[in-house]
Amino acid sequence: VNTTVLILVPLAGALAIWLFPWRNSATASSFALLVALVELAYWVGTVLNFDFSRGGLHFETDVEWFSDLGVSYKVGLYDFSLWLVGLTALVTVAAVAYGYWAGRERPGVYLSLLLFLEGATIGVFTAQDLLLFYVFWEAMLIPLYVLIGVWGGPGRLGATIKFVVYTMAGSLLMLVAVIALGLRNGTFDMEQLGASANGWIFLGFAVAFAVKAPVWPFHGWLPDAYREAPPEVSAVLSGVISKAAAYGFIRIALPSFPDPVADWRVPVLVLASIGLVYGSLLAFRAPDVRGVIAYSSFAQMNLIVIGIFAVNDSGLNGALLQMVNHGLISAALFLVAGAVERRAATGQLALLGGMARGRPVLATVLVTTGVIALAVPGSSAFAAEFLVLNGIFDRGWGWAVVGAVAIVLAAMYMLRLISAILHEDVGSAVPEQALDLRPAEIGIIVPLVAVLLALSFWPAGITDRIFLAFGP
Amino acid sequence: VSGFQTPTLDWAALSPELVLLGGASIVLILALFVPNRARRPLAAIVSGLCFIGAGITAGILFSLDESGRSIVADALRRDRLAELAQILVAGSGLLAVLVSYKEPEGEDRVGEWYALLLSAAAGMAFFVAADNLITLFLGLEWFSISLYILCAISIERLPALEAGLKYLIVGSFSSAILLFGSAFVYGATGEIGFEEIARAAGEAERLFFVAGLAMILVGLAFKASAAPFHMWTPDVYQGAPTPVTAFMSGATKVAALVLTMRLLVVAFPGEEALWTIALAVIVCLSLAWGNLAALVQTDVKRLLAYSSISHAGFLLMPVAIGTELGGRALLYYLMSYAAMSVGAFAVVAARERELGRPVGFPELGGLGWERPFLGLAMAVFMFGFIGLPPAGLFLGKFYVFSAAVERGWTWLAIVGVVATVVSIYYYLGVVRAMYMQPGEMRLAPAGGSPPRDVALHTGVGLALLVTVGSFLAADPLIDIARDAVDLLAFPH
Repeated sequence: VNTTVLILVPLAGALAIWLFPWRNSATASSFALLVALVELAYWVGTVLNFDFSRGGLHFETDVEWFSDLGVSYKVGLYDFSLWLVGLTALVTVAAVAYGYWAGRERPGVYLSLLLFLEGATIGVFTAQDLLLFYVFWEAMLIPLYVLIGVWGGPGRLGATIKFVVYTMAGSLLMLVAVIALGLRNGTFDMEQLGASANGWIFLGFAVAFAVKAPVWPFHGWLPDAYREAPPEVSAVLSGVISKAAAYGFIRIALPSFPDPVADWRVPVLVLASIGLVYGSLLAFRAPDVRGVIAYSSFAQMNLIVIGIFAVNDSGLNGALLQMVNHGLISAALFLVAGAVERRAATGQLALLGGMARGRPVLATVLVTTGVIALAVPGSSAFAAEFLVLNGIFDRGWGWAVVGAVAIVLAAMYMLRLISAILHEDVGSAVPEQALDLRPAEIGIIVPLVAVLLALSFWPAGITDRIFLAFGP
Repeated sequence: VSGFQTPTLDWAALSPELVLLGGASIVLILALFVPNRARRPLAAIVSGLCFIGAGITAGILFSLDESGRSIVADALRRDRLAELAQILVAGSGLLAVLVSYKEPEGEDRVGEWYALLLSAAAGMAFFVAADNLITLFLGLEWFSISLYILCAISIERLPALEAGLKYLIVGSFSSAILLFGSAFVYGATGEIGFEEIARAAGEAERLFFVAGLAMILVGLAFKASAAPFHMWTPDVYQGAPTPVTAFMSGATKVAALVLTMRLLVVAFPGEEALWTIALAVIVCLSLAWGNLAALVQTDVKRLLAYSSISHAGFLLMPVAIGTELGGRALLYYLMSYAAMSVGAFAVVAARERELGRPVGFPELGGLGWERPFLGLAMAVFMFGFIGLPPAGLFLGKFYVFSAAVERGWTWLAIVGVVATVVSIYYYLGVVRAMYMQPGEMRLAPAGGSPPRDVALHTGVGLALLVTVGSFLAADPLIDIARDAVDLLAFPH
C-alpha cells in the first residue's frame, strides 16, 4: 500500500481522459467511473492493510522536493485521515456516476475535473508537509472553479468569483502563515513542527479554514456556490471539500498551536455557535431545496468546529464521526435534490409537494437520509452529535445548550424539507407522471445511505479507530 | 596612437554574444541572396539554431566558470549569474522565433525581423554581463534600439508606429537619466567598474553619489517596467507585434532584473539602507498600480502588460530584500515567469492571427473549447500568474515571500498577498472568457481549424513544459540558481 498511489490514481486518470483521444464520450465517461471505482477499491485495500493498533503515521513517503527551504514531498495516512480519504473516494464515485448518468456536456472534461478534484482533496488529507498541504489545498480550487463556472446554473459567474475570492483571500493568508511557521521551525515537515505560541500565525491558518468550512461570518460564498453548482459538484463541495477545512483545524491548528487555540477558544466557539443557530434558522427559512441543504450544511460544519474546539477526546471523536456522517448525508441530499430538480425543473419549495405519491423509492431515500440528518436517536449522526455535546459540555454547559437547541432546529428544517417535497398538496411544478428514481439513481444514492445506516449500527467502527496516539 | 593598447580578448568567454551577433549578420546577408519564398524558413531556422547555440555555449560556460572572472579589460564579467541570465534570454528568444514564424506582420522584412531579434538578445547577453557603467549603458542601448525598431517594424500600422515611437522617446529619456546618473557616480568616485565604485564609495561626494545611484535605479526601473516608471509599458506591449511583445516581456525582464541585482549588490553595498527602501517603495507601487489598472482592461495584451508591471513588483521584492535567499528566489521566479509570459503572449498571437483583429475578452470566447491545447496552456499560465499550482510561479511566489519573511519583512509579504488577491479577478477573467462565455460563441472561421501553426504550438508547449517542469523539479533549478548567486556578496 502506498499513499502516493491514492493521490496519483485520480490525477493520472484525469490526465489520461484529457490527453487520450476518446472515440466517444461514453467510453471516456466509463473510464472515469472505472478510475473512481479503482480508487475506492484501493482505499478498501488500504483499510484492510491498516494497522489500527499502532498510532502515528502509516504508509509514508518522503522525497526531497524544495530542499532550500526544507520542503519535501511527504505524504502518509493517520487513522483519522484514512476515513476522510474513504469519504472522498466514495462520494467521488457517486458524483462521477451521477454526472455520467445525468449526461453533462463535454463529459470527458467534466468527469476528469471531478477526478482531479478527488486527487487534490486526498492530497490535502494525506500531505504531511505544510507547503505540500498548501499546494493540494490550492489545487482543489481550480477544478471547483471550472466545474461551477462552466457547468453551473444561470448565476454561476457571480458565484465562482465570490467563491474564488473568498477562498483565495483566506488561503493566501494561510500561505504567509505557512511560511512564517515553516521558517521559524526550519522545516515544513508537519511531523517535526514544534508547538508555536504565535497567535498571528494561528489566525492565518484559522481564517483560511474558517472560510472553507465555512464558519460564521465567512460564509458569504456558500449559498451561491451550492445553488449554482451542478448537484453532484455541490455534493462533493459540501460533502468533502468542507471537511478539508475541519481536517485542517484538527491536523494543523490543534497540534501546532496549543496555546493560541486555548486563547482563541471562546471567540471561535462564539462564532461557531452563532453559525450553528443562524445557519439552522436560515435553513428553516430557505425557499428552495438546495438552500435548505446548503444552510444545514453550513450549520453542521459549525457544529463540527465546536466539537473540534472542545479539544478533548469526546469532542474530537464526535467531530470526526460527524464529518464522515455529514459528508455522506449532504452528498446524498444534494443528489436527491438533483433528482427532484430533474423531475420538477425547479427547486422552489413552494412549487413542490406531494412527490411521495407514486414515488416510493424517492420518498424512502429522502426520509431515511433526512431522519439521519436530524440526528434521530439511534442514527450515526445522533452518536456523533452526542459526543460533540458531551465534549463541549466540559468546556461550559452553555455551549452544550446552544448545540442542543440547534439539534431541535435541525429537526425543524429537515422535517420541513421532507414534507415540502414529499407531502402536502401536489405542487404546481410536479409532473403528473410518477417518475420514481431510476435504477441508476438508486444505484448511486442508495450506497451512500447504506453506509450511513451501517455507521448507525456501528459508529464504533470509526470512533474506535481514530486518534490513536495523536492529539493535543 | 601610441599608448593605446587593445585588450586581450577571451573569445570563448564571449561565445554566447558572438553566436547571437554572428547569427544576426548571417540572417541579414541571407535575406539579400535567398529568394523570397525560402527567406522566412531559412531565417527562422538560422536564428533558432543561434538561440539554441547561445544557450548551449552559455550553459557550457556556466558549468566551467565556478568562480567568476573579468574579461575584456574588466569591462565584462564572466560568471554564472550572467550565464544563467543569458540562457534565459536565449530561451525566450527561441520561443519568440517559434511564435513569430507565421506572424503576418513585417512579412516583407523577414531578414530584419530575425536579425533584430538576435541582436536584441545579443545586447541583453552583453548587458547582463556588464561589469562597469559604460558597458552597462552600451548593452542597454544596444538591446533597446533593436527593440525600438522591432516594435515599429510594420511601420504602416499606426499602433505599431505609435508603440515604437513611444518606446523610443520614453526609452531614450530613461537611458539619458541612467547615463546622467552614471556620470554623477563617476564624478563622485572617479571609478566606473562596479567593484571599484564600491571600494571608492567611502570617500565619495555623498550628494552626487546618492543622486547618481537614484538616477541609475530610475533608468533600470524603466526597463523593468516597474511603477511609477511603467507608463510606456501598456501602450508598447499593446501596439508592438505580439511576438515582439512576448520576447520583450520575458527577456527584458530577465536582463533588467538580473543587472539591477548585480549592480546594487556589487557596486552599492554600502548604500543598502537607501536602495532597499527605495526598491520596497517601487515594489509596493508596482503591485498596487499594476494590479488595480489591470482590473479595468479589456484588451488582453494590455491586461498582460499591467500584469507584467505587477510582476515587476514581485520580481523586485527579492532584490529589495537583498539576501542570498532573495537572490535565489529572484532567479527561480524568473525562470518560470519568462516562460509563462512568453507563452501567454504566444496564445494571444495565435488568436490574433486566427481572427485577424486585436484580442479582447470577447475575442477569447470559446477559445478553450475550440483550441483545447492553447486554452489549457493559457489557463495554466493564468492560474500560474495568480500563484496556483501546478506552475513554477507558485513556488516562485512562495520563495519570494519566504525571503521577505526571513528578512523580517512580513509586511512586504502581506502586501504581495493582497496584490495577489486583487489579481485573481482579472486573471480569472481571461479563463472565464475562454471557457465560460454565455452562449455558444463561435468566432473561429467556420468549417474547421485554421492552418496548423506547428511552430507556435511547439513554442507554447515548451513554455508549458518549463512552467510545469519548474514546479515538479524545483530542486535542480534551485541548485542552478544557488550556483548563480553564490559569488555575490549580499549585504544581508
